[in-house]
Amino acid sequence: MNRILKHHLFWPIAVLAALLLFNFLYSSDFFRIGMRGGRLFGSLIDILNFGAPLILVAIGMTLVIAAKGIDLSVGSVVAISGAMACLTISKGTGGDSLALVLTAAGAALGLSLLLGLWNGFLVAGAGIQPIIATLILMVAGRGIAQLITDGQIITVNSPKYQYIGSGALAGLPFSIFIVLALFLLASLLTRKTALGLFIESVGVSPRASRLAGIRSGWVIAAVYVFCGFCAGIAGLILSSNVASADGNNAGQWYELDAILAVVIGGTSLNGGRFYLTGTVIGALIIQTLTTTIYMTGVPPTITLVVKAFVVLAVCLIQSETFRQALVQRWKTRRYPAEREVARHV
Amino acid sequence: MFNRKYVPIFVTVGLFALMFAAGSFRYTGFFSLQVILNLLIDNAYLLIAAVGMTLVIVSGGIDLSVGSVIALTTMVSASLVQQHGWPPAVVIPLVLAMGAVFGSGMGAIIHYFKIQPFIVTLAGMFLARGLCYVIDINTITIDNAFYTKAAQTRIHLPGGNTVSVSVVIALIVVAIGIYIAHYTRFGRNAYALGGSEQSALLMGLPVGKTKISVYLLSGLCSSLAGVVFTFYMLSGYGMHAIGTELDTIAAVVIGGTLLTGGVGYVVGTFFGVMIQGVIQTIISFEGTLSSWWTKIAIGLLLFLFIVLQRLLSSGKAAWKG
Repeated sequence: MNRILKHHLFWPIAVLAALLLFNFLYSSDFFRIGMRGGRLFGSLIDILNFGAPLILVAIGMTLVIAAKGIDLSVGSVVAISGAMACLTISKGTGGDSLALVLTAAGAALGLSLLLGLWNGFLVAGAGIQPIIATLILMVAGRGIAQLITDGQIITVNSPKYQYIGSGALAGLPFSIFIVLALFLLASLLTRKTALGLFIESVGVSPRASRLAGIRSGWVIAAVYVFCGFCAGIAGLILSSNVASADGNNAGQWYELDAILAVVIGGTSLNGGRFYLTGTVIGALIIQTLTTTIYMTGVPPTITLVVKAFVVLAVCLIQSETFRQALVQRWKTRRYPAEREVARHV
Repeated sequence: MFNRKYVPIFVTVGLFALMFAAGSFRYTGFFSLQVILNLLIDNAYLLIAAVGMTLVIVSGGIDLSVGSVIALTTMVSASLVQQHGWPPAVVIPLVLAMGAVFGSGMGAIIHYFKIQPFIVTLAGMFLARGLCYVIDINTITIDNAFYTKAAQTRIHLPGGNTVSVSVVIALIVVAIGIYIAHYTRFGRNAYALGGSEQSALLMGLPVGKTKISVYLLSGLCSSLAGVVFTFYMLSGYGMHAIGTELDTIAAVVIGGTLLTGGVGYVVGTFFGVMIQGVIQTIISFEGTLSSWWTKIAIGLLLFLFIVLQRLLSSGKAAWKG
């Protein structure tokens, strides 16, 4: 029992389960999954489908945070990527050809990689604090996205492109498969190769890692490139889901939601330790929360207030001092060293 | 006289002068005192918020809740004055106190529970923005006599130029900010805290008190900025001042304050705000350029200043992490 309680996924899963239970009690229709026109539908499917971009961004953000960084520019990159793809399709000839859609996706992802590389260069190459380095792209990125769309909302009419965000494969939304593929890729790369260890080590101390023979600079740059790539794919899904690109509003506040998802998932903002599964659950919690608020008829405007309290509660639970204050209430002897040992057993 | 630590300020002031000169040569009607005064009129609220932000950043923190607190202030003022008929003489001190309590609350959480300022003020940002919508999701227009008078009153300067009441408030806040930052014990404590929290603690400085006061001041400045913003817009709305926290941070950085804390000047922030204003004015004079160029230009300036600071602060070791 104690080991279950101590597991890093316990609290995220408990919160998610509580949310789902609440939904079930509130409306028994919540768990009903129906079949219509060869695809499944229902609230649960919706949560997965609409949560897909957030999960993607949060996966990228997890690795960045693990390396003791933060990427504030993801929301802007989401907007830029969507804008680039929609622009390519609307400018291109051939309407709905597969080649055009691939070119568009390629251009958007290429640009996202480049933006990630820019962040990586600023942080690893120029040694600028991550918050500040990515703040530049966060501010300028919105401008760049609007520059690409010329301040308009570009709408595209291309069923092949829309397939990315709203198509169905084997009855499930196609975006779920993209998320699954990227999650597997990230998990395999970080847990089955030494890369994950490198990232954690750099997150604890870049200098010590470099002295130990890890190319800290390259590892840091790589996580920002990966984060940009994830944000780029999220941008594709988001823009293809609504078949349009809005440079000003697409992906707004994604950076905050993504950071929140990572923190809820148990990854510490201090770097050095990360949980990809926790992040996915964190993102699902946020999406379920939003859906719940919509469903229960509470004005959606209150989402922000609820979110504020969730952020605060999660951070307080993570705070060492706060837990110490709590623990001292019911257990007198509990030294940090003991707890550290207990956590690794 | 020519001290290395003043270099960023000289660069900021020089850049402002250069941009203004370039605008004056390019556009007719640009070179006038009224254009500069209009910069102040349009950016008075930003200036007030940026003074508070400067102190927070100097002490090594950050405050993301600025924009939301401004919006909440407009909303609470509008709701109380317009829908409940409270007199402005009660409402304004009340919203200022609210901002101060909000800020010190965040400061207390940051200090006592040792959570990153970034996260705490992010939660504060969500909370304040959400509370706006709890009050009302629509715009509340204000037609109270005091507010319209404050909005329309123009103070005449010699030479036929005019400024609004808000500008006077903003300039007073800047003056107080300079005094607090450079001539009080509290200001020196804030600088020490930003330089190194551990050293400040070991020196016996009141770290907790300083930290909480810094956020209190920032909350107070934000709500004062909100009051001025209410004069400017004559309405309360939950979507007011979205993204203002970024504008203020950008102004502070462009003004030469180090985001790592410990170094910075309130005067620099003043010019940082003015530079942003000049960019907007040039873009509106140009006519063919669209508004999003403002964002790109500000991003570019941020980049330039951050690289400049990086080069100045750690000379040779700068380019090899």
